[in-house]
Amino acid sequence: MSSPRRIFVPADSAALALGADALATAIADEAARRKRSVQIVRTGSRGMHWLEPLVEVDTDAGRIGYGPVSSADVASLFESGWLEGGAHALRIGAPEAQPFMARQTRWTFERCGVVDPLSWEDFVAHGGGQALAQARAQGAEATLSAIIDSGLRGRGGAGFPAGIKWRTVRETQAAIRYVVCNADEGDSGTFADRMLMEGDPLALIEGMAICGFVVGARKGFIYIRSEYPRAIRVLEQALELARTRGLLAECDIELRIGAGSYVCGEETALLESLEGKRGQVRAKPPLPAHAGLFGKPTVVNNVLTLATVPSILIRGAAAYAALGHGRSRGTMPIQLAGNIRHGGLFEAPFGISLTELVDDIGGGTASGRPVRAVQVGGPLGAYFPRELFDTPLDYEAFAARDGLVGHGGIVVFDDTVDMVRQARFAMEFCAAESCGKCTPCRVGSVRGMEVVDKIIAGQNVASNLALLEDLCHTLRLGSLCALGGFVPFPVLSALRHFPQDFHRP
Amino acid sequence: MAWDARKAAEIIEAHRHLDGPALPVLRALQDAFGYLPEEATAQVAEALNLSRAEVHGVISFYHDFRRTPAGRTSLKLCRAEACQAMGADALANEACAHLGTSWHGTTADGRVTLEPVFCLGLCSVAPAALVGDELVGRADWPRLAAALERCGR
Repeated sequence: MSSPRRIFVPADSAALALGADALATAIADEAARRKRSVQIVRTGSRGMHWLEPLVEVDTDAGRIGYGPVSSADVASLFESGWLEGGAHALRIGAPEAQPFMARQTRWTFERCGVVDPLSWEDFVAHGGGQALAQARAQGAEATLSAIIDSGLRGRGGAGFPAGIKWRTVRETQAAIRYVVCNADEGDSGTFADRMLMEGDPLALIEGMAICGFVVGARKGFIYIRSEYPRAIRVLEQALELARTRGLLAECDIELRIGAGSYVCGEETALLESLEGKRGQVRAKPPLPAHAGLFGKPTVVNNVLTLATVPSILIRGAAAYAALGHGRSRGTMPIQLAGNIRHGGLFEAPFGISLTELVDDIGGGTASGRPVRAVQVGGPLGAYFPRELFDTPLDYEAFAARDGLVGHGGIVVFDDTVDMVRQARFAMEFCAAESCGKCTPCRVGSVRGMEVVDKIIAGQNVASNLALLEDLCHTLRLGSLCALGGFVPFPVLSALRHFPQDFHRP
Repeated sequence: MAWDARKAAEIIEAHRHLDGPALPVLRALQDAFGYLPEEATAQVAEALNLSRAEVHGVISFYHDFRRTPAGRTSLKLCRAEACQAMGADALANEACAHLGTSWHGTTADGRVTLEPVFCLGLCSVAPAALVGDELVGRADWPRLAAALERCGR
């Protein structure tokens, strides 16, 4: 009796949203009907979302992918001998040989889509746990030096050097310190945190454990948004697994669920929320590294920042720092979203241009119409026209063109987009999500909406445009946090690069 | 479920040992009762040694917390940019027309509550929706209606 053929079916939210659960059932049923012995393994996603659900069969010649598979295709796949890698219209061959995969440089997402996220054996077989062991062996100081030397910057958007933040917390005298993982990934066009938490949660947990070890924190929190039910379930189980396997020996980790507030992705609002309060931002200073959660020194890092730490320690800080562009070192998990043919997750060294990402890798729009604009960095990121597509992905290069890298999400729009409507939406979103603490954001966003409405209606357009610019100036300089402070990016970029949309008869 | 002070006390008790317990307590109460009635404010305030104003402030701040009951199934449609780029606004209009309600509204038969959501992390398979517990990518009205049908069973 031969061992069962392993069939990998993603349980990533993007695959689930396209019917992966029903598909897994259909495969099991069809195999039983044909008396074929199969073992269905649920994985994360490789990140080629146009091929989801992308099913992989563990053949004698390695893993062979078929996608996008629907339940209706299952009988014909068995008929074609897919368990032996047989030919079929949906056969794509080895997933890692796909150009979309072959062009990537995966550090953070090395295991994602490959392993069963809740299998300790898979985790260990793919190098899991080694980085924490190494940190324990070499000590906190040497580990901290490696993180500083790698040049790793916070992936949440602000791009602050992670090692410097860790050192600040480590050097405080406080008896109690915390590590907080910001998993409140609220930016539209971003889903890398979600994919990582669903596909390789133990990487995040190991990274947090290392951080806790380095800074001397005995308690950590993962603050995840409620809009990610699948990631929540996976993390709960992964934390239990990590606890029983000794990953949390120095620093235990508790999962906390948000309650639907975008501004809680801002680190001080997140801390308020963790403390059980309204998610209102705090004025800085003091920095959370000095007085954070419950007033104690706290590292607040994004999911991707922490999840990259283990691979940096294993593969070497110098190797990581050798990648990248300018002061943006290492790789960035880029998310291709919106109206794009080949959407998904693409991890590459900083420096890659928007043209490469949108046209070559993304394959242009899903609608087949010309690309008119992309918004990079979430709802507070700038809209870039084609003329700026030569911008390299690099924190400073984007800032120099009044844009944001943010969390690395790229949303593509075709030529049917109306940019004055997008500007209005940015203000509307800011108004809906403003925490209300500072006046520019609370009142300015509502006024911004009203002014854009007047422009759309053609009322005193010239003077209302001047008012809009003035208002954006106030928001940018007068707001407490990035919500009000950055909302001028989408509004003014829309106006600057697409003025014709603001001057309709 | 109708508000039950004894059951609520048990739920609060199960979470009050946490650091900063207010959000976990309120979430657990809403999971159990479907919403947070006026009685919840007073009882949580008393149990956590907070003022009623503080608890009211927390409940009213977060979009997830409801102060009135919802329909049996929630239909959350993403309204954010990536979904807009794939026709989310038109889909929302279609859903409103079919359901005979608007944002935050519940259908006349009490079956479905329509809620906006800003991002489900399905931006590469937009437009996206969450129907009950079921995620729907590349959503159109027939697929949403089918998912609602499955939830209703």
